[in-house]
Amino acid sequence: MSIPSWTTFAAPSRFEPLAAALMPWLWLVCLGFSLAGLYMGFMIAPSDFQQGQAYRIIFIHVPAAWMSMVLYLAMAFWAGVGWAFNIRLASMLSRAIAPTGALFTFIALWTGALWGKPTWGTWWVWDARLTSELILLFLYLGYIALVEAIDDPRRGDHAGALLALVGAVNVPIIYFSVRWWNTLHQGSTISMTAAPKMANTMLTAMLLMTVAFWAYAFAVVFTRTRAIVVERERGAQWVQALTASGKE
Amino acid sequence: MWALIHRDWQLAGRRRVEALLPLVFFIVAASLFPLGVGPESQMLRTMAPGVVWVCALLASLLSLGGLYGSDHADGSLEQMLLSGRSLAGLALAKAIAHWVINGLPLVLASPVLGLLFDMQPRELATLVFSLLLGTPVLSLLGGVGAALTLGLRSGGMLIVLLVLPLAMPVLIFGAGAVGAVSAGVSPEGHLSLLGALLLLTLLGAPWATAAALKIALD
Amino acid sequence: MPPWPLHAQALACRRGERLLFQHLDLSVMPGQAVWVRGPNGQGKTSLLRVLAGLSRPDDGHVQVNKPLVYIGHQQALKDDLTALEALSFLVRLHAWPAGDSRHDEDTIEQALNHMGVKARRHALVRTLSQGQRRRVALARLVLSPPGSVWLLDEPFDALDDQGVTTLNALIQGHRQAGGAVVLTSHQALTLPDLVECHLDQQATR
Repeated sequence: MSIPSWTTFAAPSRFEPLAAALMPWLWLVCLGFSLAGLYMGFMIAPSDFQQGQAYRIIFIHVPAAWMSMVLYLAMAFWAGVGWAFNIRLASMLSRAIAPTGALFTFIALWTGALWGKPTWGTWWVWDARLTSELILLFLYLGYIALVEAIDDPRRGDHAGALLALVGAVNVPIIYFSVRWWNTLHQGSTISMTAAPKMANTMLTAMLLMTVAFWAYAFAVVFTRTRAIVVERERGAQWVQALTASGKE
Repeated sequence: MWALIHRDWQLAGRRRVEALLPLVFFIVAASLFPLGVGPESQMLRTMAPGVVWVCALLASLLSLGGLYGSDHADGSLEQMLLSGRSLAGLALAKAIAHWVINGLPLVLASPVLGLLFDMQPRELATLVFSLLLGTPVLSLLGGVGAALTLGLRSGGMLIVLLVLPLAMPVLIFGAGAVGAVSAGVSPEGHLSLLGALLLLTLLGAPWATAAALKIALD
Repeated sequence: MPPWPLHAQALACRRGERLLFQHLDLSVMPGQAVWVRGPNGQGKTSLLRVLAGLSRPDDGHVQVNKPLVYIGHQQALKDDLTALEALSFLVRLHAWPAGDSRHDEDTIEQALNHMGVKARRHALVRTLSQGQRRRVALARLVLSPPGSVWLLDEPFDALDDQGVTTLNALIQGHRQAGGAVVLTSHQALTLPDLVECHLDQQATR
């Protein structure tokens, strides 16, 4: 067997077993780091001087927000690769990323609301970052809606890639404009950036949770990719052998 | 590509009622807001820039379904592809035609709406100017959305969903410019950002639309 | 060897998951008329589109050395324009013939006259019958550059006997001037020296 290069796994037939093999490890990492992160965040990190216990939701909110942004870039990247180099697997991967990215965006928004209520008394704050997260959610939903509406898989892949790339280019513009908008309407000075000063344990807890979310994202995205691969390549021999042998 | 713009203008002229629907929508939708929130003039004056801008945004986007749809349906789009002319040039021509037919009437009608909301002359002027800069951006962005969703069943609504997030900066700067004037501050910052957006979109959108058309028609 | 006007090699085409044809080689010589035949759904229209450059083939490539004129199922005529306006737009779009003077109304009217629809030139396309629309669309052929390759998808559809005769004469004149034609037709063709290309045989090769 030749030394695998990074393009070896670009073939769906080789990716599928790789993903299958990685699954248990990914879930293990996810579980392990989540437990560690949550333990640190909820048990060990000191309670905040101003915001009390309620602030602890940021251990989920911030990593989720980071993931939502990173996943969008990953989605746009892989979609672009799939479009430019005509690599089917890359496009399938980006399709698989979208729902998970949207989920993290939703979690970030929801935990943002949960943070806002006890801290400032309202369920929603139109600050720059939350509003940008909301628009990011719309971008995800738009991508999903577009690729689902197109019957032809290749056209769907490429159209999604264009949309994701246009979105990626626009994200800095959108973020900047939302910040501009927010600083001008000086009504309230409530801001998510007014997070408590980071004690070391808090930072560690957030990083642990981030790793956990990463592992979760990999696991879920790979599972979804496997499903997409099997469905799209169902005419190919290796898939038929796979399904015939009764594997999942 | 003046031939294309001229042709679209002729076609709109033969279907005058359909061409004017977005304008009517614009006026009706904006008029709904006072009915919804009450006639208190101070509040209306504060809301006005945002309301007019949002309605202009929606009116622009709702007319995008037919931008490439009819040409796609009768084979004209194919002939345009075959003509060997630059697709990006084609996209730009279509966007210009769309703006002249849909966007420009909105710009011209906006002072009337502004008066309904009791806006001051300086605010009105800024409103018109901001729409003048912003509606072309919407036509250009809309072209990308229309090309991506070419021939899809869910067409119209899907275009709106796709283009709205991208159009939010335009909304923010456009409405913000008028708001700045109301607050007694210069709108220069907003308007120059709007102008920058227009330039950026002029450079990028025709190219992206061309790519989307190729994807949709391959 | 002089370059062929149109040369296609090892073409393959899929629709969805179905293979329509593969290993298709096609070279079109000046003066030739190629009749693409096959049952419904075999890919005749897809082949013409691939040759025109509107679709990418799943395999193989196409080389084109002469101007192409493609007239598909849809006539590309806008319903709300008059026949004259619609044809003028198409002519201007394809920028032939070279030189502005021949874009003018007279030339286009003559083309419409040739196809027998001059009387309806100011009528909206919406009001024309299918046969008349087909004649307006085919009028473009009258104005096309000599030596070009015509790709015609069911051009005889909806034409009456008079129209069929006119189109046959048009095709023959074009061939004699060195042009080439690739067409599909369900109806039997009466053109001399036709080369037949059977798609149902290609798929199984």
